[in-house]
Amino acid sequence: MLTFIARRLVAAIGLLIVVSFITFVIFFVVPQWAGQTPEQMARAYVGRGTTPAELQIVETRLGFNQAFLPHYFDYLKAMFVGTTYFDGTTYLHCSAPCFGYSFRTYQEVWPTVLSVFPVTLSIALGAGVLWLIFGVASGVVSAVFKGSVWDRASMFISLLGVSLPVYFIAPLAMLVLCYNWSLLPSPTYVGFTTNPASWAENMILPWTCLAFGYAALYTRLTRAGMLDAMSEDFTRTARAKGLPEHRVIGKHALRAAVTPIVTIFGMDFGALLGGAVLAEQAFSMHGVGALAINSIASQDFPMIMGVTLFAALFVILANLVVDVAYAALDPRVRLA
Amino acid sequence: MSRETEVHTLSVPPGGTSDRAFLDVRDLRVHFGTEDGLVKSVDGLSFQLERGRTLGIVGESGSGKSVTSMSLLGLHPRADRKGKGGAILSGEIWLDGQELVSATPEQLRALRGQKMAMIFQDPLSAMHPYYSVGAQIAEAYRVHNEVSKAQARKRAIELLDRVGIPQPDSRVDDYPHQFSGGMRQRAMIAMALVCNPELLIADEPTTALDVTVQAQILDLMRDLQKEFNSALIIITHDLGVVAELADDIMVMYGGKAVEYGPAKSVFTEPEHPYAWGLLGSMPRLDRPVQDRLLPIPGNPPSLINLPSGCAFNPRCAYKEACGTACTTVVPELEPTDGAAKHLVRCHLPVETRRTTFTEEIRNHL
Ligand SMILES: Nc1ncnc2c1ncn2[C@@H]1O[C@H](COP(=O)(O)OP(=O)(O)OP(=O)(O)O)[C@@H](O)[C@H]1O
Ligand code: SF4
Ligand SMILES: [Mg+2]
Repeated sequence: MLTFIARRLVAAIGLLIVVSFITFVIFFVVPQWAGQTPEQMARAYVGRGTTPAELQIVETRLGFNQAFLPHYFDYLKAMFVGTTYFDGTTYLHCSAPCFGYSFRTYQEVWPTVLSVFPVTLSIALGAGVLWLIFGVASGVVSAVFKGSVWDRASMFISLLGVSLPVYFIAPLAMLVLCYNWSLLPSPTYVGFTTNPASWAENMILPWTCLAFGYAALYTRLTRAGMLDAMSEDFTRTARAKGLPEHRVIGKHALRAAVTPIVTIFGMDFGALLGGAVLAEQAFSMHGVGALAINSIASQDFPMIMGVTLFAALFVILANLVVDVAYAALDPRVRLA
Repeated sequence: MSRETEVHTLSVPPGGTSDRAFLDVRDLRVHFGTEDGLVKSVDGLSFQLERGRTLGIVGESGSGKSVTSMSLLGLHPRADRKGKGGAILSGEIWLDGQELVSATPEQLRALRGQKMAMIFQDPLSAMHPYYSVGAQIAEAYRVHNEVSKAQARKRAIELLDRVGIPQPDSRVDDYPHQFSGGMRQRAMIAMALVCNPELLIADEPTTALDVTVQAQILDLMRDLQKEFNSALIIITHDLGVVAELADDIMVMYGGKAVEYGPAKSVFTEPEHPYAWGLLGSMPRLDRPVQDRLLPIPGNPPSLINLPSGCAFNPRCAYKEACGTACTTVVPELEPTDGAAKHLVRCHLPVETRRTTFTEEIRNHL
């Protein structure tokens, strides 16, 4: 088990390097292939009326005048040991893990990403707990009382849930709950350590709106999984042993049905940690997702690369956790 | 409906006593309301079984064997008042003086695994893949006995040992997929026996196993039945399996018994053309292929619209011998004149059946 995790972590680092290479090619090399000169690329950052000397400084700082491979290796090296930038006039030290400086704000990329991460983490954590609990619970009830009023109602609501995106529900919910009824504050992020109660109060809307769609999906997944499990031979065996119905359903059938749900949850949650883009946009919260959107809009390549690698890291970690969890849940799976 | 109902006074229990047998099934009907119509999976079945005796139920796929056994354990979800969503049960199932068709779900649950238990066909799918074999056996024990986890585990090891699992105290923690097919079936048997049930039903216990393992499992079941003195029902496609093991044999076709009696006479002097067909389709390794009878031609009947008259008539080679009766009148399950315990559902005159079997059929088997 431990060697499996160690080996997968090494593989994860390799994968991250591959991802970094690909993003690097896309953001630094493709424009040059497309015929842009380093001057033109630098000019995109400083505007028209710049003197050639100023342009030269920007070019050096951004590394546009370096050859591709040395440029990439500098970038890679900086991740592990940090680096010092020199643009002819000033030195800028960036300690490991260094993903460079934002073109726009001249802030270091990595600390910037980390500083907005609590927002994304807060949204994902609360929503994840909500949708897992409600999705699985209503899926189980729907399956057990298949065809009942409850089942039909929850299937209808979950159809709404999967078809209404969060950027539709969020303004609607804010309109009604925050402005019309004044039940909740219009969500702004308050740090958990600053004021836990206010943190939660502000998070309620993002959590529920984001969780709604996921819960709808998980209701359907759980219902289908439970119906499968309930028609399995081992469920019949559990009944034949004389187990009471709540044990048959709640232990034998549920255990089989939730195992795939847990793995799907791991993937969904990992992807959200890399940026809850839609929810952050809908509630104007500045998390990793909003950072990604803003960086793309302003062509802030180092920032885009930093966020991409950050998101990739979570997807890879989630994969690893899911594999380990699956092996722990299903004895037939051997980790090799 | 009432015309088709069996005349029970004719069905003398092969056990032959006037007191109620340990297991006494009377006119059992299990129907399912489906979109296509009413599926009459079991339609008027009666049989008796004493402790320590074995009944073999034989029939093709779809003849209603599993539905019968599941209804004994009360495993069918019951239909609602509109007859939807489950089984519509009627008739009587008396187990040791208690009637089960009218029993509450909770009464049935308390009996399941305790007084009556079941061994299923495919032990790989019948055991939960995520729990260890020992845990599954111990669980069956703990539902019906107030014991600690440690005691239940000890009992599981004891049972695994009894059914012939080597090193039971380490194998007890293995998962089903770590067992071989034969060992899994042994473990299933251990699970069924853990509460000393008085009625044990084995639904095709050996179909998923290869031939040598089949023989071992059947031997084991025979030994265990002697030891526990339980009533045993063995369900199978294969007449050969029950010929050795059973005291009585019931041949089912289209949800009804077509031949029922002591194993020896049913196996050596079968009188129903369907039973002849079953005998003929038994795999026999000691004869060249061309000498054996062909398997029964045609397909099992639709249980929604049974053929009129004798349900077997579309596939029967002998129906001409009794005029139009075979296609118009449902034959009763009646004693053959000699052995009153041997019952057959066929319009052919007894003499014709006997001479046909001895002169035409037997030589080809
Ligand atoms: N819940 C149900 N709803 C509708 N029809 C059913 C249901 N359960 C069983 N049947 C039907 O009842 C018939 C008898 O099934 P059963 O499983 O008893 O056959 P069997 O004799 O055990 O066959 P096999 O040898 O294949 O196991 C089948 O035609 C089956 O389709
Ligand atoms: S009653 Fe007629 S059709 Fe049915 S088995 Fe006998 S001979 Fe064949
Ligand atoms: Mg069956």
